Amino acid sequence: MMRSAASTVLLAALLLTSGCEREKREFKSERAESGDRDEVALSSLSPGATPPQVATSGRAATFEGNAYHVAQGKRLFTWFNCNGCHAMGGGDSGPPLMDDKWIYGGTIENIVATIREGRPNGMPSFRGKIPDDQIWEIAAFVRSMGGNLSKNVAPQRNDDLNPFPAENRRPPSPPTTGGQPLPASRGTQ
Amino acid sequence: MSGRAGNVRFVLVVSAPLGLTACNVWQSALDAHGQSAEAVLRQFYGFTALSAGIWLLVIFAMIGALRRRRSLAERLAAPLERRSRPEAFATIAVSTAIGLTAAILIGLTTWSFMTGRTLASLRGRETLTLLVTGDQWWWQVRYEDSQANRTFTTANEIHIPVGQPVKVKLESNDVIHSFWVPSLAGKEDLIPGHQNEIYLKAERPGVYRGQCAEFCGYQHAHMSFLVVADEIPDFEAWRSRQVATAASPTGEEAAAGQRVFLSRGCSICHTVRGTPAGGKVGPDLTHVASRKTVAAGTLPLSRGSLAAWIADPQAIKPGTNMPRVALDPDELNAVVAYVAGLQ
Repeated sequence: MMRSAASTVLLAALLLTSGCEREKREFKSERAESGDRDEVALSSLSPGATPPQVATSGRAATFEGNAYHVAQGKRLFTWFNCNGCHAMGGGDSGPPLMDDKWIYGGTIENIVATIREGRPNGMPSFRGKIPDDQIWEIAAFVRSMGGNLSKNVAPQRNDDLNPFPAENRRPPSPPTTGGQPLPASRGTQ
Repeated sequence: MSGRAGNVRFVLVVSAPLGLTACNVWQSALDAHGQSAEAVLRQFYGFTALSAGIWLLVIFAMIGALRRRRSLAERLAAPLERRSRPEAFATIAVSTAIGLTAAILIGLTTWSFMTGRTLASLRGRETLTLLVTGDQWWWQVRYEDSQANRTFTTANEIHIPVGQPVKVKLESNDVIHSFWVPSLAGKEDLIPGHQNEIYLKAERPGVYRGQCAEFCGYQHAHMSFLVVADEIPDFEAWRSRQVATAASPTGEEAAAGQRVFLSRGCSICHTVRGTPAGGKVGPDLTHVASRKTVAAGTLPLSRGSLAAWIADPQAIKPGTNMPRVALDPDELNAVVAYVAGLQ
């Protein structure tokens, strides 16, 4: 009896320590603009029986599992005027980011590539303008807006007055045709 | 054993000068040069002297009471006997002490109130209005003017004219900060979504250091600024230099630096008036080389410290929002030459 109680306490204590990683702040950035280490596919189609071949650098976990990076991404999202076209995820002249429709792929590597290289019909290329680590942070935040990240790393809502819950806690807006959201669909978020 | 004693002596000798650090007048409320700070400092000295005097009187009275020998009559008297003469003396002494206490408390309250009036007397008489916005971890300073072409934005260094009341409006972009220039005035918080104000009036020309006085995150300690009080003609000259757009780069290296500045990450966050760089996120760099420090008072301004800061901001101020931009050495030198030329 005593032993099982002790092991329960020990296990609970171990569980507590597992929460420490999510807040760890890693300030050192990589020296070079890495960029080319992820080979992403923009389509889910591929000839033959196998899906497209992709190769990832494994940096996704560093950014997606860390509350600091996601919160920084939220800050940079506004600072670099992403909300100028995408609003806070609901979409405006740019497509919405909090629905489940990903025109150029929804993994973090895809989103990083989209920000870095730009996409036709309006998405600018930020290569060389935003350092790579910050692009990863923004991409992690973009993923969090659709509720794709674990809730314990998703950023809280802003400090300023806001009648809505945080982006990642709102119901996703209905998918609309890319780049052309209907005015009516914007009122429903 | 003697080694242990030697260690202790070494630690004592080494730590002794630490006691002197409080005497540094670089940033101290005991080194008042502003109307508000002087009023508060007078009151501080007055309160301290008066309280010390009263404390000494009480201690002396207590020592006297403890050392006093009782007279034979007192020792022989019955414990509950009423003796009119000492009783009357005690009544007078205690009443006088209560009266004095009340008078001193009322006097100190009045003094404190009058000091408050002195601090508030600057309100509405300002000849200059600034809007200071706190950011993690630097200060944006906007000089307001009824003529739009005389307004400008700078950062981390505030120039004010000597003898003129200056209104400082305080706002914050992220968390609560606190604006504190001990030599000129008290503290005032910068609160997101709310505008506070504080009034400064420097009595003497000089450079006064200010510091964020409300813990605001990782680099709170490196969020300082300078207030430079200039004679009025010097201030006007400084102001007209600041209003002007940035100087064109002189020389081949600085021109290359400007091209790097505009084509890479720098211009995404920083403004250099007179060029296409118009980012609003970081400090305005139009006249950055005219300031005395880099990175909100973290380093003295020099070509070397600019290079160190641009090469790896996270090594100097971990957590700062300025990222490391991957520049090769030639690009770095060129950018530094350009930025160092932004007088």
